Amino acid sequence: MSTAALYLITALLLLCSFRKDRRKTRQALKKAWKSFENILPQFLSILVLIGIMLAVLDRETITRLLGAESGASGMAVAAVVGSVTLIPGFIAFPLAASLLSSGAGYGQTAMFLTTLMMVGLVTLPLETTFFGKRLAVMRNALAFLYAVISSVVLGVLL
Amino acid sequence: MILTLCRRYRMFLVLFGVNIALLFLEPSVGRTAFAVTGANVLEMLSFLPPIFILLGLLDVWVDRETMMKYMGQGSGARGMLLAFILGSAAAGPLYAAFPMAGVMMKKGASMLNVFIFIGAWSTTKIPLIMFETATLGFRFMALRLVFNIAGIFLIAFILENDVRRHPAPAPREKEI
Repeated sequence: MSTAALYLITALLLLCSFRKDRRKTRQALKKAWKSFENILPQFLSILVLIGIMLAVLDRETITRLLGAESGASGMAVAAVVGSVTLIPGFIAFPLAASLLSSGAGYGQTAMFLTTLMMVGLVTLPLETTFFGKRLAVMRNALAFLYAVISSVVLGVLL
Repeated sequence: MILTLCRRYRMFLVLFGVNIALLFLEPSVGRTAFAVTGANVLEMLSFLPPIFILLGLLDVWVDRETMMKYMGQGSGARGMLLAFILGSAAAGPLYAAFPMAGVMMKKGASMLNVFIFIGAWSTTKIPLIMFETATLGFRFMALRLVFNIAGIFLIAFILENDVRRHPAPAPREKEI
């Protein structure tokens, strides 16, 4: 649904741009292709890496590691697994829901989700090319720290 | 030509080789890995074209003065709000946001706003929030959202402060 909206908006803007200035529009498309081709190798590597990781850490394995009574060690596992892997939201949320229903705590689940979305070791090299090493590492470290604190609090509250 | 291609894609080729090796050593794991990768590639190809076209249009049409006025140093609360909304309205995983952030930096957006954009893209995307409510319940979603929004701004402020003390090297032109 949101992808359709994205296409619609892009198509409209592209049309406006084309009517205003053909040369600039062609330039924009050329830039779009060049930027895409520039990071395609990294994108592809990331996707293959995620594929292998998700195949090794399937739903059952993750549920077992974070499941009922896993406590603080479950929190730690959630943080590590969440930070390394990068799973799109439409897989992550159902996975998190199944974690909860199979007895994982809210804290573990929140930890897993938050680190999953904000921290990415796999994508760190890509992030470094845009922000530089210092900022990229700092952003991930801060996000990790924040995920840990907020998940512990959330686990106590819920 | 082929040599440079091989060099650029060597990481991908190595990982692809690992995956093929898995097919023989651990057939079920190898097959699942290929299936997951295939699905992810298709997903990527579905949302990346519009994102990169938008990136191209942004680069060509929005000049430095405009970007600086709306999202640069001193754009204040309005700039922060704009960065937050742009990030939340996006689609696609976080790694698709980095090239976009690169163009924003090049055009003179402040680092604070760039990191608010990145933070919003990572956790407060509107379609994902609706999905989270459906799968995990409103209470869980609302609490996590409140925490995350506070976190996004906190992290962005800390990073901006750090940039001021240790100026970051400008992003390499060829990457953008």
